[in-house]
Amino acid sequence: MTVHLLTELTVFILALFVGLEVISRVPTMLHTPLMSATNAIHGIVLVGAILVAGTADAPFNAIVSFILVLLASLNVFGGYTVTERMLEMFRPKVQASKAPTDGTP
Amino acid sequence: MTVDTTAASWVDVAYLITAICFIFGLRFLSSPKTARLGNRISAVGMLIAVVATLSQGIVNWWVLGSALIVGAAIGIVSAQRVKMTAMPQMVAIFNGAGGGAAALVAAGELLKVFNAGGTPTQDVSFTSVLSAVIGSISFAGSIIAFLKLQEVMTGRPITYPGQQIVNALIALVIVVGWGLVVANVPNSLEYFWIVLAASFVLGILFVLPIGGADMPVVISLLNSFTGLAAASTGFVLGNNVLIIAGALVGASGTLLTVLMGKAMNRSVTNVLFGAFGAVKTTTAGGAAKEHNVRSVTAGDVAAMLAYANQVIIVPGYGMAVAQAQHSIRELEDVLEKRGVEVKYAIHPVAGRMPGHMNVLLAEANVPYTSLYDMDDINPEFERTDVALVVGANDVTNPAARTDKNSPIYGMPILDVDKAANVVVLKRSMASGFAGIDNPLFDDPKTVMLFGDAKKSIDGVVAGVKAL
Repeated sequence: MTVHLLTELTVFILALFVGLEVISRVPTMLHTPLMSATNAIHGIVLVGAILVAGTADAPFNAIVSFILVLLASLNVFGGYTVTERMLEMFRPKVQASKAPTDGTP
Repeated sequence: MTVDTTAASWVDVAYLITAICFIFGLRFLSSPKTARLGNRISAVGMLIAVVATLSQGIVNWWVLGSALIVGAAIGIVSAQRVKMTAMPQMVAIFNGAGGGAAALVAAGELLKVFNAGGTPTQDVSFTSVLSAVIGSISFAGSIIAFLKLQEVMTGRPITYPGQQIVNALIALVIVVGWGLVVANVPNSLEYFWIVLAASFVLGILFVLPIGGADMPVVISLLNSFTGLAAASTGFVLGNNVLIIAGALVGASGTLLTVLMGKAMNRSVTNVLFGAFGAVKTTTAGGAAKEHNVRSVTAGDVAAMLAYANQVIIVPGYGMAVAQAQHSIRELEDVLEKRGVEVKYAIHPVAGRMPGHMNVLLAEANVPYTSLYDMDDINPEFERTDVALVVGANDVTNPAARTDKNSPIYGMPILDVDKAANVVVLKRSMASGFAGIDNPLFDDPKTVMLFGDAKKSIDGVVAGVKAL
């Protein structure tokens, strides 16, 4: 194992802990948006896709490159759009057309 | 070790900003009030990373640009059109796309080295195979999950004799091939393709035996896989933002997987390798128990609800199938007008993905403040006049508390049987998805309203209005 890989592993493990810490605070009601938000985030693989498919020494032919970038792009744009759509539906009890005296049994 | 003193490029700085955006984006998901802002911060981070990457000597603008635009168009349009009830499938598809992309990126990077006439370092070959394996398992698994959720193929577990042995053999092929690639034997690229193909097959075989009711676990796990595949691609490319983002997603998916397993009182291994549903259907199907249930009309239910003080609605996957969430919202409105307190009890594994019911009810404009988690609502059932179970079954099954022989014994459930009256909306008396007998239906205080959940609720709403 090279020093370089070890440094990257360190980053990886620290990020894992940050992830566990941050995500354990997400309430269960938001678990579906959480899944779709993290889904969008792993679309970061688009960066890798662009590097592998778009540079001068790209190893793939045009068709494979196209499919690769398309998959990643689908992941990013679809993921963010669907998360946004879901989150805009979550509303507290304000404009609801009912008596204001609720929450008390 | 020498200290690397080369100046950092602005691209690396951009990637760092992206990573910070992702972390804040997830942090803001801790409250529904800030969640949208969080998603946007995360999207801005993504934009920064993509723009920074595009500045890196791109030549194939045509291919790249058209793929980006077509992918974006398909993604945005399908994300806007998809019904909220079909959300688990949609998430599965995007997840699979990410996994497939990660596998291809790893393959591309390895090819690049070989095409240049070089040999990859062991670090690169090891991590490329890692991305390829996890990425293609996630890709293939997500496709099967999609097909099951979309009901293109049966949602029931598909099992065959020797399943575990076949899986073990494929896993062996992957491990051996992996070793050969890392050892850089002649033709190691061919072994790489074999490993990639074997992982694809393993992904298919791994999701096939998992039943629809276990989908929350599988979807979470596949999400985690794609995250880890992306992180591993980061190792291949030496790119920190991929590593950090992948680790965040991996952590999230793993956490959700564990939570879902806990909510079913089963270990994740048991869900994945137990072929749970298959065992249950054979035991339950053998001696179909006679049920002695009381069937009532929508009008009867309307009267029960209208004169109650507190009603708790327990939604399940049946609500999603019948698209009954809007009707339920209407029922809540007419009941609250009469002064009935209406609350919703959400079981963690109700539906097909974590939090599935919350999204559907949010779509129907039910304020999230009316939705209660299992632990908060369970003490309330004792003080509740009517528990209205809409298309939920196993999560209300009291056998989980009492019957040691029940396959779901020990699973935490919603204590609907503690309410004064229970109304169960069900399509028919045919055994539920998992085929487990539910003694709740025989309880003298339980009545059944048979039929499509949406039509039944609409009938109840009309009944309440007519009173």
